[in-house]
This record gives sequence, C-alpha cells and structure tokens, in this order.
Amino acid sequence: MQILIYGTINSVALALFALGFALVYGVSRLPNFAHGALYVLGGFITWTFVNSLGLNYLVSIILALVANGIIGALIYQFVLIRIRGMEISEIIASYAMGLAILEGLRWGGFKGMTYMLPAFIEGSTEIAGVPVDYQRLLVVGIGAAVVTILWLFTHYTRVGLALRGVAQDERAAMMLGIDSDRMALAAMGFGSMLAAMAAIVLLPLGSIVVEAGYNVLILAIAVCIVGGLGSWMGAVLAAFIIGFAQILTVVYLGAHYQMVVALSAIIITLILRPSGLFGRQKELEERV
Amino acid sequence: MKESTGQRRKERLDRGIKVRSEGLYALMSWRELSYLFFPRLVLIGGILILPLVVPSMYWQRVISIVCIYALLALSFDFLAHYVGLVSLGGAFFIGTGGYLAAILNTSFGLPPLLTIPIATLLGAFICTLLLFPCLPLRGVYFAIVTLMYPLLLARVIEALDILGGTDGILGIESFANRWVEQYFIILIVLFFLFGTRRLVNQDIGLVFRAVKDNDQSVRASGISITYYKTIAVFISSAIGCLAGAYLVHLYMWAGLSTFALDFSILPIAATVIGGAGTLVGPVLGAFILVPISELLRAFGTLRIVFYALILLAFIIFRSEGIMVYGQRKYHQFEKWIKV
Repeated sequence: MQILIYGTINSVALALFALGFALVYGVSRLPNFAHGALYVLGGFITWTFVNSLGLNYLVSIILALVANGIIGALIYQFVLIRIRGMEISEIIASYAMGLAILEGLRWGGFKGMTYMLPAFIEGSTEIAGVPVDYQRLLVVGIGAAVVTILWLFTHYTRVGLALRGVAQDERAAMMLGIDSDRMALAAMGFGSMLAAMAAIVLLPLGSIVVEAGYNVLILAIAVCIVGGLGSWMGAVLAAFIIGFAQILTVVYLGAHYQMVVALSAIIITLILRPSGLFGRQKELEERV
Repeated sequence: MKESTGQRRKERLDRGIKVRSEGLYALMSWRELSYLFFPRLVLIGGILILPLVVPSMYWQRVISIVCIYALLALSFDFLAHYVGLVSLGGAFFIGTGGYLAAILNTSFGLPPLLTIPIATLLGAFICTLLLFPCLPLRGVYFAIVTLMYPLLLARVIEALDILGGTDGILGIESFANRWVEQYFIILIVLFFLFGTRRLVNQDIGLVFRAVKDNDQSVRASGISITYYKTIAVFISSAIGCLAGAYLVHLYMWAGLSTFALDFSILPIAATVIGGAGTLVGPVLGAFILVPISELLRAFGTLRIVFYALILLAFIIFRSEGIMVYGQRKYHQFEKWIKV
C-alpha cells in the first residue's frame, strides 16, 4: 500500500518535471537542456516574491509563473532561435544557458538549506494506514489538473491546436498559416511555466537547492525518452513506469539506486527502442 | 555579414602562394615551404616551449590539465565532425581510463609507464563495447546516451560502494619528475593531433566522412558502417582513456569526479571556440579556455557563468570558431565588391 501511494506521488512528480520538456521538444524539436535550471529558477523567483517583496503567496505564485514563462520565451527569442535545426548546437547552447542560470544563482548566494517555500496546507492524514501529508496529496491533485488542462488546451483552443499542428508536421502547419517560430516561442514559454509550476508544487516538500536542477533535467529526459520524445501522453505513462520502478528500488535496494534507475532506463530504452514506448517517430530518423 | 552591407558583398580569393604550395612545386622554393611550415612550426614550438616560460609550478600544472582537455576536445572533434557521432561522453572515457589506471597501479603495482598504455587500450575496448549497442543511433539520441553513461557509472560506483566508493582510490604513483609529467602529455597531444590529421586524409578517413555525410550510400556500396563506426569510437575513446589514465597519475587520486560533467562540456566548448572540424582548433580552444577558467577562479562559481556565456556567444555569433577564421585570413584575400 505504501509503495502504491508513494509510487503514485513520485510518478506525478516525475510527470510534472517532464511535461515542460516534452512540450518544448514535441513542438519545436528543441531538446531544452535548460529545463532543470528553469525549474530551480521558478522556485527562487517565488521565494523572492514571498520573502523579499512580502507578497501574498498566491499572488507571488502567479507572478512567478508569468515571470518564468517570459524568461523562457526570452531565452528562445534571443538565443535558441538563432540555432534552430542544428541539434548539437541546440543541446550545447541550452545546456550552457542552464549552467549560467544555475551557477549564477549559486554565486548569488542561493545555496544551502535555508531557502524553503511554505506548504500550501500544513498537516497530514492517513490513507489506508499510511501517513501522507496534505502537500503530497496536493501534488497528485495538481499534477492531474495540469495534465487535464494541458490536454484540453491542446485539443480545444486555437493556440493549443496550432501547437499540435506544428508538432505533427511543421511544413503543413506553416502552409496553413501557422507561424512555427511563434509557436516554438509559445511552447518554450509554456514549457518554462510548467517547470515553474512543478517547482512551486514540489519544492515545499524540501528546500530549494541548485543541485536539484541537474537531477530534474536527467529525470525529465529519462521520462521523455522512455515515453518517446515528442509524445506527451507517452511521457505521462512513462512517468508512472519510472516512478514506480524508482520507489520499488528504493524500498528493496536502497535510496542510492534512485538515479541509477532513471539513467539505465534512458540507456536501455535508447538501445532497444529509440522512439520510446509510445513514440511514433520515423524509425529512420533516429537510427541507421 | 550578408544582409547588413546592402549593395556590397565580400569576395574571397585564394592567395597565389596557397595554390602554388598545394602541389609538389612547394618543395622547390623556400618561400612556399615556409608558407606551409610556418604555422605548424609555430604551433609545435609554442606548445613545446610553454612549460619553460610559464611563471610557476601552478601554471605548469594548468598546462597538464589543458593538455588533458585538448586530448578530449580532439577526440570529440574527430568523432563528431569526421564520423558524425556526437559524443558528449568525454567524462565516460576519462573515468574508464582513470579508474583502470588506478586499479592497475594500486592493486597490481604496475608503474605509470605500463598502466597508461594498458589502461588506454583496455579502456578503449571497454568503452567501445559499451557504446557498441548505441552505434546505430543518430544525432541527439547518441548524444544523450553518451551523456548518460558517465552519470550512470558514477551512480553505480556510489551505490555499490565498489572501487573506493565516494572516497575514490588513493595512493596512486605519480610521475618521476615534473618535466617528465609535462613533456609526456605534450608529446602525446602533438602525436595525436598530427596522427588524427593524417588519419582523416587516408582512405579510411574518406570512408569516415562518407559515413557522416550519407550513411545509406556507404551501406549501399557494400561497406559496413558499423565496422567503421566501431573503429572510430575505438580511436576516439582510446584518446579519451589515455587522458584519463594520465589524469589520475597527475592527481594521484581517482574518484567520482572523473565522471564529472566538466569533462564532457569543456572539450565541446573548446571545439566550438577553436573551430569545429579542424582538429587543431579544439586543441587551441583548450589552450584558450582552460587558462581563462583558471584566471577566473577567484570569482568562485561565477567563472562557470562566464564560460557558459562565452560558449553561448561563440555558438550564436561566431560558430565557425577561431581556427576556421584564421585559416581563411591566412589563405585568402578578402575585399568588398559592388553587386
């Protein structure tokens, strides 16, 4: 039972990490290696709004989401747009960007255990004899809400449909009058908003540390690769697979193995089935 | 360069001396000979003289580290721009070579003279074996898989607590004296620099480039691309493992930090800055980047921000790199003409 509950919570957390990455990659084929940095940045922006400016928690959350979205969009508009299509340059440039953000934050004095976001609701309850605090339940709730909203957004709004159009076939979408650069910009903005969302929901469970940025990036990549790069629902399913696998190894083997699971999932998936479990990529594009 | 100048465009012509010195004719005149040899001699002389002119022991140590990064950058450039396999796994090679050399030295008591060659070959063999299943992958997929290997190995060592766990392996023998230490790696860098340059101009290099440009047509010619990719990965990982084996003897310690991302990212930065696909460029890039990063050490983690920004600026505004730019200036006239 414990495995079931904490496995679900862990899986939803992974899905939250990965959705932003999956959105950006799906729309613009841009592996956004700055994703982990944007996650940490979102957390710190919220912290700054709450503690330095003394704003209401809810107001600062909304402001932080918007701010992070704008930062993501700016990164795309001024940096990544110039190297679209050159895969390796994209990886290197976005990774360098993430490195600059993370190490800049570290230099700015954001390190150690002193930076914490308050939980939305304090306290805890018991489900089937397993103690669970409200914040963790809230993670599951918000995670489900985000996935639902994203699904509705991409199926019933003009912008969402345009995003899916570009993701499926960029040229055809351009012929229908969709500006693919603008859509990639929007995707990057929404992607970093999702990263900030994940940070705001998950960070109250611990403290904000810069190192988390690197781990979040690896986890996001793991989920997206296993689910199939570019497949959004695949990412959600893969989050559950990896999430439960992680919790099982933690229970039966030890906490050290948590990242080993994610990393070996990436390598094994890429070797056996590079398009992922649910990806529908053209086979020839990724292997010879 | 193009749109901002309006009605003008830049015309480039090869210098006469470049054309003349390409053929056998070069051997008949001192002028052409020196045109050919001058840049090479400056490079070789400059690198050889470097340990003698730097001010302190500290900077001699920096030169050794520069050479390690230069080797990694060379291996990256060779694999990425001549075979088309973009490997972000510099740390993987360094770690494998490093740990092997450390084990050979501490457990079997072999001297550095033996551990380094054995670790190089054995490490290259292991790396090739582990990367072999990933060889069919393309572009970003191969990049991600190679980026993940060193992270995975580091976590496995940490989790299983083998090979000294988080403490690493201590008490590795160092070199006889610091001149051996310096010139050993410098000669290695020069050997591999000119070795790979020669290799890519052989027949096998032609096949390598064909694999990069159009693997399907190579396959259609009845040539096994997996075979050639394996050879290329072996060469590249041998260079990386050699650098790793040297590194642990330099620090007299092998630990988890040999799998650190620095070894994957900095060589790529060096390649971007130095000029991709030139083989000399990455080496020069390492000689520029690593000392800058040492000079900025006083700023703490801000130096990582600086070099990330330098890398960004280069990749966006000057993606050709210093070496390509330099070669163009050396070989060609440029002038503005009206269109």
